[in-house]
Amino acid sequence: MAPPLSERNTENLWSLTGVHFGYNGTPVLRDVSLKLRAGQCTGILGPNGSGKTTLLDLLAGLQTPQAGTIEFLGRPLATWPKKQLARLLALVPQDFMVRFGFSVREVVEMGLHPHLHRFATPSEADRALIDRALAATGIAALADRPVTRLSGGEKQRVAVARALAQQPTVLLLDEATSNLDIHHSLELLHLIRDRFERQAMQVVAVMHDLNLAAFFCDHLIFLKEGQVVCQGPTEEVLTPATIGTVYGVEAEVTANAFTNCRQVSFRLPAAP
Amino acid sequence: MSGRIALAWMLPLAAALVFGVALSATLGYLDVSIPDVFAILFAKLHGQTMPAGIDPVAATVVADVRMPRILAAVLVGGLLGVSGAVFQAILLNPLADSYTLGISTGAAFGASLVIVLQIFGLVLPPGVTIPIFAFGGGAGTLAVVLFLAAGDRRLSSTSLILAGVIVAAILSAAIGFLKFLADEQVGLIVFWLMGSLAGASWANILLLAPAALAGTLVAVLYSRDLNIMATGDRAATSLGVNTVRLRLVLLAVATLMTALAVSVSGIIGFVGLIVPHMLRHLVGPDNRALIPLSFFIGGLLLLIADTLTRAVLPVEVPIGVLTALLGGPFFCFLFKKRQRDGATAF
Repeated sequence: MAPPLSERNTENLWSLTGVHFGYNGTPVLRDVSLKLRAGQCTGILGPNGSGKTTLLDLLAGLQTPQAGTIEFLGRPLATWPKKQLARLLALVPQDFMVRFGFSVREVVEMGLHPHLHRFATPSEADRALIDRALAATGIAALADRPVTRLSGGEKQRVAVARALAQQPTVLLLDEATSNLDIHHSLELLHLIRDRFERQAMQVVAVMHDLNLAAFFCDHLIFLKEGQVVCQGPTEEVLTPATIGTVYGVEAEVTANAFTNCRQVSFRLPAAP
Repeated sequence: MSGRIALAWMLPLAAALVFGVALSATLGYLDVSIPDVFAILFAKLHGQTMPAGIDPVAATVVADVRMPRILAAVLVGGLLGVSGAVFQAILLNPLADSYTLGISTGAAFGASLVIVLQIFGLVLPPGVTIPIFAFGGGAGTLAVVLFLAAGDRRLSSTSLILAGVIVAAILSAAIGFLKFLADEQVGLIVFWLMGSLAGASWANILLLAPAALAGTLVAVLYSRDLNIMATGDRAATSLGVNTVRLRLVLLAVATLMTALAVSVSGIIGFVGLIVPHMLRHLVGPDNRALIPLSFFIGGLLLLIADTLTRAVLPVEVPIGVLTALLGGPFFCFLFKKRQRDGATAF
């Protein structure tokens, strides 16, 4: 089990300084300096191609920056052994594709990989953990189905169940609700929010839907063209001005009594 | 769970294999009974003289002619089965095997080259030259394929298969040219390209057995990582799997296994493709069960095929032709059946 972070809530999870990253010379992230703190659900927002997923890959250690430094829990990210990192960080990718007909349970069990010795078989406690992850994500009834036959939304929930089985200190979500209907999106975000509040599982989520982000995140980071435009507590930075700068739309942000969080409506700016 | 599946299948399969080997040794031009086969092998292994009542000719036939060939069939089948399972798991493609990567074609090119060089008067020690060149051809092809695919730093399966297909196409043309050069003696190349276990010797067994054991062990060691690879590179890396190293190590191991098998038997198609594919239908895709079982099923299938062509059929059909004739239609059946079942075909 990863050490709980609850008692050191204000600690930096990540600290990025002057990070540059590009694919084949095309810059994707430029001079990104950020601190991501524990004790808050952090959302990464921005238009298509603004570098959100790349930033998440850098945080997860899946890519290395071409310039700049990334520290995770006070230690350079590149020096963390991959296996140890996998015990602390779980990633839910955007499109979770499984190529062979593994059963749902088998896929969720893979979440135990970083915790198990090469030849170890899952213990009784491990199996209970898998059962809980299946139940929490509402896919217990699908446990024996081949994952290749599931719908996109069901697959997405398998990916989340596997990440939960990984027992991470930090959960990284890459548009994890993009394939889900509104009911399942809310259910999933509630479940993750609950793990955050009660078990201090930290969350960094790339989000597309501003309203879901307003409901889910305490802290937002806005990216545009590979640079951080602004960041801060949701109620401070989720403003018409920010949304206008980042997305180029006119927006109205209201405190909604029905949902008890901020809601955004938008329209294209009127032609001059 | 998979451990239990593997064990539950492995014991009966191992028993079937032993029985199959013994039964196959009784079959042929000379009839020998099963107890006699065991007596001959027991005496041979312990360096004792043959017990009275056993025909010395039968003893020689069983111990020095049939046994090496039978064991070579089992080992070559096992090597092809395991390497096929590994290739399919690494390339995330149930249609992948040593052909898709061009490795078999590379080995065939190496062997054909030697044959043509010998026709043109190059004197080389016979027994070892073809295996060495076949092996070099296979390994060299993998090196070229890896080099071509390496522009893509993640070594994705698409670029590997594409590189394999390109290299195989070039090598096929080169083999065609070698056949043309061989002129009237083209039969030598053709026979080798069609595969045969007729020339297997105890020296081959000493080469194949440790390779089969070591290769299968390495593949089993990484089988859980291979399972995770099926869920994509990003997801696998975030679970602590070093995907690039895993691909390199297992590609090298599977290539060595294929090249060794090809260097002894010539090209025997469809075993590496069909065995893991069929097993996936029976026991599921978990590589922890699939890889060891592929060895047993591959060995058993090739033993049956070789025994058919050696002792049952009136004329010895090249074994590569037999496996393709039997395996091909079976594969077509599987392919159609999966389409009917509504699953995306592959």
